[in-house]
Amino acid sequence: MGMNETIVSMEGICKSFPGVKALDHVRFDLRAGEVMALLGENGAGKSTLMKILSGVYERDKGRMEIFGKEYGNLTPKLAQEVGVAIIHQELNMCKHLSVAENMFLGRERKKGVILSNGEMEGEAKRILDDLKIDLNPKQIVGELPVSKQQMVEIAKALSTNARVLIMDEPTSALTAREIEDLFRIIKELKSKGCGIVYISHRLEELQHIVDRVTIMRDGQYITSMNFKDAALDEIIACMVGREIKEKFPRVSCRKGKKVFEVRNLNAGRMVRDVNFSVYEGEIVGFAGLMGAGRTETTRAIFGVDPKESGEIILDGKTVNIRKPKDAIQAGIVLAPEDRKKDGLCTKLSIRHNIALPNLDLLCNKLGVVNSRKEDEMCDITVQNLQIKTPGVEINAANLSGGNQQKVVVGKWLARNSRVVIFDEPTRGIDVAAKVEIYNLMNELKRQGIAVMFVSSEMPEVMGIADRIIVMCDGRITGELMAEDATQNEILSLATRFEKKIADDSSKED
Amino acid sequence: MNKQNPLKRILSTRGMGGALTAFAGLIVIYVAFGIINPTVFSGQNIMNLLRSMSKYLLIGIGQSYILITGNIDLSIGSVAGMSAMISATLMTMGVHPVPAILITFLCCMVIGVLNGILVGKWQLPPFIATLGTMFVARGVAYIVNGNRNTDAIASGIGKEAGETFQNFFYYGKTLGIYNTFWIAIVLFVVFFFLLSKTRTGRHIYAIGSNVEAAKLSGVSVLATTTKAYLVSAFCSFVVGLILCGQAGMGNMEAGNMYEMYGVAAGVIGGVSPLGGTGILLGTLAGAAVWQTLENGLNMVGAQVGIQRLVIGIIVAFAVLLDVVVRNGSFKKKKADK
Repeated sequence: MGMNETIVSMEGICKSFPGVKALDHVRFDLRAGEVMALLGENGAGKSTLMKILSGVYERDKGRMEIFGKEYGNLTPKLAQEVGVAIIHQELNMCKHLSVAENMFLGRERKKGVILSNGEMEGEAKRILDDLKIDLNPKQIVGELPVSKQQMVEIAKALSTNARVLIMDEPTSALTAREIEDLFRIIKELKSKGCGIVYISHRLEELQHIVDRVTIMRDGQYITSMNFKDAALDEIIACMVGREIKEKFPRVSCRKGKKVFEVRNLNAGRMVRDVNFSVYEGEIVGFAGLMGAGRTETTRAIFGVDPKESGEIILDGKTVNIRKPKDAIQAGIVLAPEDRKKDGLCTKLSIRHNIALPNLDLLCNKLGVVNSRKEDEMCDITVQNLQIKTPGVEINAANLSGGNQQKVVVGKWLARNSRVVIFDEPTRGIDVAAKVEIYNLMNELKRQGIAVMFVSSEMPEVMGIADRIIVMCDGRITGELMAEDATQNEILSLATRFEKKIADDSSKED
Repeated sequence: MNKQNPLKRILSTRGMGGALTAFAGLIVIYVAFGIINPTVFSGQNIMNLLRSMSKYLLIGIGQSYILITGNIDLSIGSVAGMSAMISATLMTMGVHPVPAILITFLCCMVIGVLNGILVGKWQLPPFIATLGTMFVARGVAYIVNGNRNTDAIASGIGKEAGETFQNFFYYGKTLGIYNTFWIAIVLFVVFFFLLSKTRTGRHIYAIGSNVEAAKLSGVSVLATTTKAYLVSAFCSFVVGLILCGQAGMGNMEAGNMYEMYGVAAGVIGGVSPLGGTGILLGTLAGAAVWQTLENGLNMVGAQVGIQRLVIGIIVAFAVLLDVVVRNGSFKKKKADK
């Protein structure tokens, strides 16, 4: 296969999920020996497209040609045989097995029924050497740093003779030195004639390796161009440009006194020196890409994750929050991001879910639950939030996503709080339910409650929040008033990563 | 606002389905054995049945508390053995039964706290943590009397006091029913109330259903886990006293395997071994099913081997039912999407 030959060509690819058109006549092509950056906001359809190419999803419509041959629907196994490999953001390694065992997982070499460990280790060593990766095939994968694990994954892909390599955010967990290693390997792969699809939000990094870019937005192909010919501003403009179709109910309130302040909050790598305040009568939106540290910030404030340092001030008084209970008692509550994982006890009834954080209000001194009060609380919550359910004894698991979300939010509104934190409250729920959640936030704002609103949907943040704080990589990178914020501005703040590696001209060390 | 009538409300209680199924099974089994051997219906047999069921009910309550939190307690049988040995040893030494019982109580609670800390604070897998305390408690049971069973308790506290102790826990009757059953029923009511009506009970269900969500709702996982293990240690403690009362002495192997009988009672009654669901009414039915089976098989002359075999099949079947019900609702949910 010669260089610059087109090895993958996709055209008119469509894919729908219930209620969402994820891909709408998308085209994409990749040449041998090039690195193609696939860019777009969260939800633009990059991952869906790559999952179709690697056989994880079936497409609804469209033509797909790999190495000049047309394919119908691929399965992951068939894709592997054809030579397409995907390296996931979360590495898929068996941590207790060795490097060689991982590389040959599922296609072990055997003599009769006996595994030929020696042969596999030798072969693994050959592939690793070929890539100039210094690793012992006998080493246990779990003992390796993430970067090395990633290289094992790359080597594994190559051991299946992959010629098309898809890398999803490969540098997010790496240090500068490791990134340089990775880039060296990518260049190595290029020279061997592999085509590489590189998905990343770290636009600054692209210049080191990328040849071309393809930009997607809202499930559509926008453009592709040679990286050299494109300015960063231009790329960002293509990535956003999203029309704001929905109408957002906005109420204006007079901004009152400061309710809530976070000073110099540090908690791990994803929360670094975070400072902000929220005032009465405003909703503060937290924008950013996925993994920007917004959820971690809310968890640190709420006392789920330990804080390294920092001060939380509520109505002028410093509050000491070590565990969620402290936060709840102080009047700070959190409706978490992942309903099923963090928000609800799905095996319990709606009644029990609503009562759970409020048992202190519902119990007498002996800890006996007053079921009359409990009934009242549940009825009021179900009514106020218009939770659609046949009864409060129904398992929370049986509700629709939107109604589940209302239970998650509702259980907190049953008590008087000063600060309500919403983390991605509208993810995965229908438009009507979204509007109800927005109205709810507006109602809280009207009552003078400080509202923190984390969302990855930029239009939503711009439509609902009064003030927008943008985070990237655990730091606050900017603050904008909603009325004069633009999507371009938000996205460029959201991708303002600290430079991990210096520009080519002035290499470190 | 939809107010239901009280009966409907009780029937729609979560976990009631499993309990009612077990009760229905209980009636079928009981009547079937009664038809084969009418002695099963005799008053004396019913009395015996209620008494022997009581131990399993208590053990079942303790284990159900733990199962609902999504954990398991393997130390139950050993704690019962420890309780029997400590109380018996003290009494043979002449210690009055009341202080002897109090000291035994404290020792058992130590194991409960230990389990709570190992599982709730240090996040050890409950299977392993309680496997450890299981051996520790059994070890203590061996050590207290120097690796021997004790003499009759009457040898230390005198014949009269010894009889009082034995009557109180095993041989005596109140209102025509053995005291053992009264003890079990009183504790059943107390723990039923604790689980269904109090904050602690709610927290127990919550951490069994979704520990992450419970934590984010301000529930202390450590405190709740420890409370559940204290309940199970307490039930084991009482069962140990009953065993001591029954034998009139301490037996080092007392309570062997009881933790598993507790699992069986709970699971037959619809308590999910995966946590979050189940009610003590089910455990009551489960303990009754278990005892009726053992008693009935005895009455119809089945050998011990057959008894074990049948009971094993029933337990596996009960769990299978739980899995089928779960999968059924899971599939439905998938279809909805």
